[in-house]
Amino acid sequence: MSKHHISLTVNGDPTEFLCETEQTLLDVLRDELGLTGSKEGCGSGDCGACSVRVDGRLVCACLVLGAELNGAAVETIEGVAKAGVLHPLQQVFLNEAALQCGICTPGIIVAAKALLEENADPSEEEIRFWLAGNLCRCTGYDKIVRAVQKAAAVMRSA
Amino acid sequence: MLTFNNPTTVEEAVALLQKTDSRQRVLAGGTDLLVQLRSGRIQAQGVVDLKRIPELRTIRTENGGFRIGAAVSGAELGEHPALSTMWPGVIEGARLIGSTQIQGRASLGGNVCNASPAADGVPGLIAAGATCTIVGPGGRRVVAVDAIAVSPGKTSLAPGEFVVDFFLPAQAAKGGDAYLRFIPRTEMDIAVVGAAVNLLLDASGVCTHARVALGAVAPRALLVEAASHALVGTRVEAAALEALAAAARAACAPINDKRGTIEFRTQVAGVLAKRAAIIAYERARSRA
Repeated sequence: MSKHHISLTVNGDPTEFLCETEQTLLDVLRDELGLTGSKEGCGSGDCGACSVRVDGRLVCACLVLGAELNGAAVETIEGVAKAGVLHPLQQVFLNEAALQCGICTPGIIVAAKALLEENADPSEEEIRFWLAGNLCRCTGYDKIVRAVQKAAAVMRSA
Repeated sequence: MLTFNNPTTVEEAVALLQKTDSRQRVLAGGTDLLVQLRSGRIQAQGVVDLKRIPELRTIRTENGGFRIGAAVSGAELGEHPALSTMWPGVIEGARLIGSTQIQGRASLGGNVCNASPAADGVPGLIAAGATCTIVGPGGRRVVAVDAIAVSPGKTSLAPGEFVVDFFLPAQAAKGGDAYLRFIPRTEMDIAVVGAAVNLLLDASGVCTHARVALGAVAPRALLVEAASHALVGTRVEAAALEALAAAARAACAPINDKRGTIEFRTQVAGVLAKRAAIIAYERARSRA
């Protein structure tokens, strides 16, 4: 049986790929399109390391089939910096050392960006609730939460 | 290799499922299905994605209530203000399923048909008296939500059938619902016990109708009629709440597992039923 031919946009660029039904969006991003920023932590939707957006909606790329995506708009960590300039979230995460091993960071940046687009001034509780599906085994989360608050302040004053 | 189809009409989906026999799995949000396919817990020859069928993706008002497509995501449910206002308990249950990322995909249709006894979306639907439309080779039929799950992972759906939508009737002027669950942490866990209460009050604040549903205390979510009787004719005062809790505990037939013992689940079912009834009562009273 032939592979599925899918046309979509990835980070705004028209893109095509061939995939088998078994391949998830995460498999496609990493293995077919060479976009390895999204990480596989658990492969079962528990850890959030593969967080991406599909048609604006935050999802785990490991729980989406590539074959579903004809006509979709996918946004990944690779699309967060624009024209070589880091997004405020990325810059603040670096400045504040809100990461240690870094495996969870792409997913957290993508998820936090989605939060700040719908809530420019989230409380600590709102940030922790929104990011509850992004697991980090290094930081203990405090630096992450503070970095998101700081990035939100930077974005509000921009 | 799995086949993949994404029909755009219900009729096309029915024909596909009929032609390709029972080894096809329907895909809505995929937050259970994809995990189960990958782990080998279920085998399939193909996947039929239902999300291109507009009927399964929309929320419509109907006869004062709501018709909710089976593949509508939790996030979409939460973004519907009128639905959340009329049926806050149903939406609380649906919104408790998983993380922000899971909410972007997980559907009520999937939650009901995955047939987990601990499904957070199900007790609220049962308490609300929701029905669902099932379609298959024999046409369409409408059944109560509590008739879908049979036992863990098993539904009453015949081969080739799937759920098209749910119908939530209009909530009464003095009606209110609520859903609570117990988990040992604050978020992101599977219910040890879940309890939903939906009740109606008359002008003097006396309960005239009630439906109580429990999750995770039996092989499937239960509608507990004795618990409903404990509330009807009362102002949901202390004695009624004790009778409600006793009826809820009496209906429990849970298992011992790592999440909770039989004794704990039974005890907590009574506590949560009381607390959910108090919230539902306050909601009903506060309605104009």
